[in-house]
Amino acid sequence: MSALEHASISAKTASPSRRRRRQKWLPYLLSLPALLVTVWIVIPFFTAIYYSLLRYRLSLPQLKGFVWFDNYLHFLSDGRFWYTVQVSLLYTVITVVVELVLGLGIAILLQRSTRFNNLAAMLLLLPLMVAPALAALMWKLMTNPNFGILSYLVGLIGLTNFRWASDPSTALFTVILVDVWVYTPFIMVLLLAGLRSLPKQPFEAAALDGVPKTFVFFRITLPMLMPYILTASLFRMLESIQQFDIIYAMTQGGPGNTLTVFQVESYLQFFQFTNVGRSAALLMVLWAITFFLSNVFVKNWLRLRERAQGISEE
Amino acid sequence: MQHMSTGERVLRGILIALALIFFLFPIFWIVLMSFQTNAQILRIPPSLFFSPTLENYTSLITGQLKTASGVLTLNFMQNLFNSFILSTASVALSLVLAVPAAYAFARYKFRFSEDIAFTLLSFKFAPPLLVLLPLTIYFQKIGLANTYFGLIWVYQLITLPLILWIVRGYFEDISPDIEHAYRIAGHSWAKTFFKISIPLARPGIAAAALLSFIFAWNNFVFALVLASADKQPVTVGALAFVTASGIQYGQIAAAAVISITPTLALALFAQRYLVEGLSLGAVKG
Repeated sequence: MSALEHASISAKTASPSRRRRRQKWLPYLLSLPALLVTVWIVIPFFTAIYYSLLRYRLSLPQLKGFVWFDNYLHFLSDGRFWYTVQVSLLYTVITVVVELVLGLGIAILLQRSTRFNNLAAMLLLLPLMVAPALAALMWKLMTNPNFGILSYLVGLIGLTNFRWASDPSTALFTVILVDVWVYTPFIMVLLLAGLRSLPKQPFEAAALDGVPKTFVFFRITLPMLMPYILTASLFRMLESIQQFDIIYAMTQGGPGNTLTVFQVESYLQFFQFTNVGRSAALLMVLWAITFFLSNVFVKNWLRLRERAQGISEE
Repeated sequence: MQHMSTGERVLRGILIALALIFFLFPIFWIVLMSFQTNAQILRIPPSLFFSPTLENYTSLITGQLKTASGVLTLNFMQNLFNSFILSTASVALSLVLAVPAAYAFARYKFRFSEDIAFTLLSFKFAPPLLVLLPLTIYFQKIGLANTYFGLIWVYQLITLPLILWIVRGYFEDISPDIEHAYRIAGHSWAKTFFKISIPLARPGIAAAALLSFIFAWNNFVFALVLASADKQPVTVGALAFVTASGIQYGQIAAAAVISITPTLALALFAQRYLVEGLSLGAVKG
């Protein structure tokens, strides 16, 4: 809305000065309630920063004291911390890569807007509507060693002792499988929207010239789709590194400490080991990672938005 | 793409069928399980053919779960009620707060506007436990622990930024010309907002409300940390079934089916809004 337009309205509706004054406070008035209801979150946020600088165990209150960055420095030489970093990164990288490949593949399969493809896309979206914690519960029932259908099916192909989430060597695989089941549809639906919004001309020209399909895919489709792929995978990365629901609902971080990713580990540190200081410091490390990722994401997203608006205005 | 050979068409068909099996089979199987008795579930090999029983559902509805070791009282219907209260109230409150704010961000360039918008958005990206753990201590102190009010307030962190950003993007796509014309005709700002702007943005508002309802319904960690049994939604409640001793597997399956049905039904009946919300929310803003 241009200043000129504003001026032309105000000239006819109210005296210019009153109008201008009103123009000034109205947007604040409109956005203030939303801000007030949510901004209190900075209080527990600062509390968390403070806790992360304390030696603070609920079980040993007499030891409580300010220790500056000891919790953080302690991480450097702490194997358990580095294990958390390792398993969180592994979880994030594998889930995002697998979901991206599968989601892109399915989006390409369903690219043409036929009645069948649209029905399939709608049905494939359903896992995304299932709460991740409940998805974990469903897969838990399916992988139960006594009656789980999946345990039975892998038994048929000779894997009689496959114990899914209760075996340290396959637990990560199992929770990643659930994550892939829940979130691949998210990538699929975004990339499908992206694919269907691509301009037709380059593809028609390539078809006329008889350009091979693999060439079209790698040289035309993929580069044009790249902004969508980047946005979708950054968004998923941001969520995946914070994954809690699926892992906690499936194994509560176990067996042993096999799946102690950041949020699960800090939950356990808080409620099980009542080590508030350590838990808060861990979450601050995670926060720093997500802060970095979300900045990259938002920049990328705004660029995509501008592009999308540019295309629609042409 | 016009020249698709028969072989390619068959391959495509097979791949789509495989995708459908992978993504739909778990839902299908859990629904089947929920109509089976324990004996039927434990049968080897598993069979698609069985005489269905409604017992799992009736015992969930009455709250009297028959187990191997007697009758267990588990009020799952309370969890279902809690989910409805928490999700509906959170979305309603967020709509009242976020739609005017979205309008302000879309229509006016004012000082700090982008900063405020991004601050609100950043709440969506921070690790929830970071604030939830200190919050448990504060909520105990000020008496908000385990209240609907406290939970709905915290749920604003999920629903409000989502609605704000989706609706903002929607307002930005609507030309302000109609609003200008209406105002020039002599109507007040408020009247223009309620009579013109909101009706025009209704599809965007519907998409945002639908999506944030699903997010609120599916939330797990907020209620896990802040609510005790009588205020917990289905996500936390159904999980408690696993640890309940001697519980029948069919009852767990039935609880899962009851818990996921509302969001699946919404997704199927309002699919157009859903896809719009997802792509607006994640790609457009």
